[in-house]
Amino acid sequence: MSDVVLRVEDLHKRYGREEVLRGVSFTVRRGEVKVILGPSGTGKSTLLRCITRLTEPDRGRVWLEDVEVTGRGVDLNRVRASIGFVFQDFNLFTHLTALDNVRIGLLKVKKLPKDRATRIAMEQLERVGLAHKAAAYPAELSGGQQQRVAIARALAMQPKLMLFDEPTSALDPELTGEVLDVMTQLARDGMTMVVVSHEVGFARAAADELIFMEGGRIVEQGPPEALFTRPQHPRTAQFLKKITALYEGGGALKDER
Amino acid sequence: MDVEGLLILVKSLPALLQATLVNLGLLLGLISLGFVVGVPIALLQVYGPAPLRGLALAWEGFFRGVPALVLLILFAYLPPKLGWGLEPFTAAVLALGCRSSAYQSQIFRGAIQAIPQGQMLAARALGMSRWLAVRSIILPQALRLAIPGWSNEFSSVIKDTTLASAIGVVEVFKRASFIYQRYYELAMPAYLTVALIFLILTYGGNWLLGRLERRLAVPGFQLRGADARTQAQAQAQAQARASTPAEVAR
Amino acid sequence: MIPWEELEPLRLGSLKFDPAWLPQLGRGLLTTLEITALCIALGAVLGLTLAVLRVYGRGPLYWLSSLYVQFFRGTPLLVQLFMVYYGLPSWGIVLSPFASSVLALGLNTAAYQAEYFRGAIQAIPQGQMLAARALGMSRWLAVRSIILPQALRLVIPPWSNELILMLKYSSIVYFVTLMDLMGTAKRIAASNFRNVEVFLLVALIYLGLVVAISALLRRLERRVRVPGLGGGAEAEAHH
Ligand SMILES: Nc1ncnc2c1ncn2[C@@H]1O[C@H](COP(=O)(O)OP(=O)(O)OP(=O)(O)O)[C@@H](O)[C@H]1O
Ligand SMILES: [Mg+2]
Repeated sequence: MSDVVLRVEDLHKRYGREEVLRGVSFTVRRGEVKVILGPSGTGKSTLLRCITRLTEPDRGRVWLEDVEVTGRGVDLNRVRASIGFVFQDFNLFTHLTALDNVRIGLLKVKKLPKDRATRIAMEQLERVGLAHKAAAYPAELSGGQQQRVAIARALAMQPKLMLFDEPTSALDPELTGEVLDVMTQLARDGMTMVVVSHEVGFARAAADELIFMEGGRIVEQGPPEALFTRPQHPRTAQFLKKITALYEGGGALKDER
Repeated sequence: MDVEGLLILVKSLPALLQATLVNLGLLLGLISLGFVVGVPIALLQVYGPAPLRGLALAWEGFFRGVPALVLLILFAYLPPKLGWGLEPFTAAVLALGCRSSAYQSQIFRGAIQAIPQGQMLAARALGMSRWLAVRSIILPQALRLAIPGWSNEFSSVIKDTTLASAIGVVEVFKRASFIYQRYYELAMPAYLTVALIFLILTYGGNWLLGRLERRLAVPGFQLRGADARTQAQAQAQAQARASTPAEVAR
Repeated sequence: MIPWEELEPLRLGSLKFDPAWLPQLGRGLLTTLEITALCIALGAVLGLTLAVLRVYGRGPLYWLSSLYVQFFRGTPLLVQLFMVYYGLPSWGIVLSPFASSVLALGLNTAAYQAEYFRGAIQAIPQGQMLAARALGMSRWLAVRSIILPQALRLVIPPWSNELILMLKYSSIVYFVTLMDLMGTAKRIAASNFRNVEVFLLVALIYLGLVVAISALLRRLERRVRVPGLGGGAEAEAHH
């Protein structure tokens, strides 16, 4: 088995007249962390959803290890069970406690016995620092805590790959830190990750490669330092300058934590 | 059903349609009565002094808690006992109208409570009396908000006019039963015809009310459209507070 | 046992209430409760199915379920009852008054319950389905284990109203000769011409029943309440 975990080839997607993805290709190796950034509406969320076919791509192919996700007759639910997906707005199941949120995939999808599912779920809650909130309902948790439970829910399935769609952009600035800390630790532990995020600090600390997208295409990709210091494309330079300024503006606030 | 049956049915169609006018008359009477009584009841429930508020709530509770048929019979037999003879038609309008006033008051109360507090505040700040503010600021807005709920009430009471047959009003359902009593094999087609008449009346009426709603729409002030979400939420919450979400009858 | 027959009648002005009516009305009340319970149960099963079909179904399944709902919501319950009791026999289907009543009322309330269920299902944010599918759940598993448990909680208030409404509407079954509370009252009144007294009593019985059942259902709602689901103010999920 090669160590390529994800391969995306020439993905296309249009909504009506609007071409949202116009031929996106990239690969992710085991343990690699890729951070995707780009202006709003360039198709980043669509790209992530097309990878697990939560949105059906019009054209192009996706492989997870040696399974073609876009292939005919593939067991999509099995593929999805092995890809963790973390949403911008968390999407914790409202009627379930934190523990049950983490456990439900293990019980209903993987069909594990209850005691084992509980053990795994508690371990994952521990890992994101929320074992003490196991009995709380989502509405009783802060945004940052909800997102950490959502990460635990994805991790419990022992995914081969984690996809994050702007996991901190719905959070108040003082809450992003706790989520980014969990993600950084995850990257250190060797998790393979594709992260859509504009968090410059996280990108610099954890990313192996940045992908800059605009207008449904990858404009430029490379190691973070290279992209930040000498971007090849003027649009990349412009965009990175803007978000860096924002990030440094908000930096003082973050350090007070 | 054979050709002969079809012929009988077609021949009785004018009588059925004429009897439908009785249903429409009942509808007009009861929904007007319900409106005229329902609005003050709602106002008393929201703005009235404690004893009157209690009375208004009791009125609503009684007329919502008792089946329409029981009300019909009470209104048919109680007034004569007090020396006040009533036509069945009048008794039906009174019984169903009082009942509708209870449901309508609930709709108007929800709508009144959905109007943001700031409206009353601004009106009072202009120097309006409480009553003037209610009349010229709150009610015009609330009545617009109430149209969807009111359309629901319309669809249910129009069907309930058939219940008036229980106290001898010869309306369309009763008329259809006459056909069936003479030609029992015509029961299904006769009642299906009545069903069709009601389908046309309910959906036609709803369509008209929908148009009315659009005609009366004020920019930035409708349940559909721009900030529909917040408006709808406000109304839903007001109804939740009243703990009596709009009911739909048959 | 209370010797109802031997108790003195209660007099209020010219009104006269005879305790001997009570045992008979009690038996009628049982029939009323039986019919209400059965038709509500039938309506819940059928209504939930219709709602799921209207939200997730496609093609004929979708429009057949929509047609059903529109027909039963657009026509009077009384007409529906007569179609079942007097109409169906001409198609060779003969049902007892009791079975006709349960069937007609059940078919009718199903259409209304379907709309309540549908409203509740559609009130669940899209993200819930998305997250469930992302975990690897099939559509049907996601509906069963994520969407419906939430929707069923949201539906309790309108559903409670529906139950109470059916309790009251069940009084129309006396039209097909059934001796429910209403039918029994009619029979008593026909024998002694005390319509006003009998029906005042019956009104009180219905009223008491409505109040009691509402209180019970509100307790049920509180029992299954989950923070952040329904209940107005707490609905603001985060922050
Ligand atoms: N279901 C949909 N139907 C129609 N258009 C859609 C749909 N989903 C996304 N789009 C459109 O596709 C484009 C790309 O959307 P997408 O959410 O992928 O962008 P994004 O890069 O994630 O933006 P953001 O940074 O704002 O999240 C947008 O213009 C959006 O309006
Ligand atoms: Mg996005």
